[in-house]
Amino acid sequence: MVDWFNRARKGTPSAEKRDIPDGVWTKCQSCNEILTVMSLDKNFWVCPKCEFHFRIPAVSYISLLIDPDTFEEFDADLVSMDPLEFKDLKKYPERIASARKKTGRNDAVICGMGKIEGIEISFCVMDFEFIGGSMGSVVGEKVARAIERSISKGVPLVIVSCSGGARMMEGILSLMQMAKTSTLLAMLNKLKIPFISILTNPTTAGVMASYASLGDVIIAEPKALLGFAGPRVIAQTIGGELPPGFQSSEFFREHGFLDKIVSRPQLKKTTTQLLQYMWHQNINQT
Amino acid sequence: MDDKYYLEFEKPIVELDRKIREMKELAPGDVGWLRDEIAELEERRDKLQSDVYSGLTRWQRVQLARHPLRPYTLDYIPIIFTDFIELHGDRLFADDKALVGGFARLDGDPVMVVGQQKGRDVKQRQYRNFGMCHPEGYRKALRLFKLAEKYELPIIIFVDTPGAYPGIGAEERGQAEAIARNIREMSVLEVPILIAIIGEGASGGALGIGIGDTILMMENSWYSVISPEGCAAILWKEVEDPKQAEANRIQAADALKVTAEDLVNLNIIDGVIPEPLGGAHRDPARAAEYLKKSLLDHLKILMNKDKQTLLLERLRKYRAMGVFMET
Repeated sequence: MVDWFNRARKGTPSAEKRDIPDGVWTKCQSCNEILTVMSLDKNFWVCPKCEFHFRIPAVSYISLLIDPDTFEEFDADLVSMDPLEFKDLKKYPERIASARKKTGRNDAVICGMGKIEGIEISFCVMDFEFIGGSMGSVVGEKVARAIERSISKGVPLVIVSCSGGARMMEGILSLMQMAKTSTLLAMLNKLKIPFISILTNPTTAGVMASYASLGDVIIAEPKALLGFAGPRVIAQTIGGELPPGFQSSEFFREHGFLDKIVSRPQLKKTTTQLLQYMWHQNINQT
Repeated sequence: MDDKYYLEFEKPIVELDRKIREMKELAPGDVGWLRDEIAELEERRDKLQSDVYSGLTRWQRVQLARHPLRPYTLDYIPIIFTDFIELHGDRLFADDKALVGGFARLDGDPVMVVGQQKGRDVKQRQYRNFGMCHPEGYRKALRLFKLAEKYELPIIIFVDTPGAYPGIGAEERGQAEAIARNIREMSVLEVPILIAIIGEGASGGALGIGIGDTILMMENSWYSVISPEGCAAILWKEVEDPKQAEANRIQAADALKVTAEDLVNLNIIDGVIPEPLGGAHRDPARAAEYLKKSLLDHLKILMNKDKQTLLLERLRKYRAMGVFMET
């Protein structure tokens, strides 16, 4: 994995700075193990001691999963508007502007076409750095178009989710993106085109309650926060403490809502194998 | 109207109501010696009522939608439908009391009616879990929707929820999955689906039974991605001063644009069902009458569409939702 962060370095220097520690040495955010940045980088930013998965930039999942030089981005030029003229402490367009500046992207998802071990797929990866990976009209539209590309080109769909849910600042329009994406997934489902949903830390609320939960196969990175309601809201509602490990990937699998927990270094291999089973009739074995 | 429960802005109206009632008791009949005084008070009350209710803020409408006397699904069903047979259970885990449904007849024609249900008193509220469904509620709804599809019955849905229940059991049993599945499955159900938001339409909890061909909202209902207080809590954290907290909720309701009128303007819903002056709770029978008329009008349109048209239009409806720019 030599070119691990090449793309990130070119595209999003500021994102890299925030997520990935500077310098030679760093500490695992979970077990406090002292690690070299180089060893972490070689290990896909997974702590070799405790398997803690550092959050990596969205764009890194492209180089992680997609064959080199096969990714073509689509719909990067879609930009949010301000249909509600939403204003809290900041105006929504100002929030968008600063998120664009911070990430170098127009919204919270990157979509495109690429190959995974030679299998052509429609691919989306959500960007938590862009207003918490929240889904507004642009995310909904881009995911909808990615599903449509799956349908029109007859290729499987892979979505890497990372989101706190629907974007509050677009109100009801954000909620309706759950409907927009899920209705198209009903079509994909009817056409028997595979959809693999990959969940990363965190995937909750409106995204979890729509496309992220609708994969033929759902896999997650270890110890990701997954669920419908946020843990703080639940603790408040029940007026008590939450059990340890509540709403983790492991909890989710235990209760039957997740097929597999897959460590980041294995993600491409597992995804490929799954596609090779579900899409076996369409893969030319060469 | 029961005057034990009233909202702050209803207080002067409720007080006039009480005075009128007392005077009528003192002087029963039309020829009573207080006739002129009563007439004058009634006039004052009507004027006050139209003044108050014509200028409602969004936050006040949210409060009306939650009024403790507002009619709920099981209040409307016996007035609007006949021969209701309630069906229970999701066949997987339990019977969620926050969601009711079953066969019924609307002007003689068979339909499937499903709705969220709140409780009136303390005990009932707990029994109905305040209208907040667990996953089994969404799964029970889907079971009934599929039953309706199987026997070609149109589906009528009453949405009234402060949200899908955020609890440990709900997460353990897949709240997110239940809602996601419903959204996907409802979008391809091969029978007409008519939805009325009759009170609260809170986020995914509402959307989980909220996909359909025609979406209507009652005049004093709300529908949003998050409740105004949920939004306020995120934006302004905890506020000590109750006046400031109230001001924040007002601002959040305005920012989110949660009313029926807002959602018409945003092209999300297909129509607004009028309510009696002062809200459905001031005259439940009339509210039911308006609701029924609206259901009949819209259902008639849907029943005249063939399956393909219905499904294609439903897909297009949701496909078109969203506002963005291509640069």
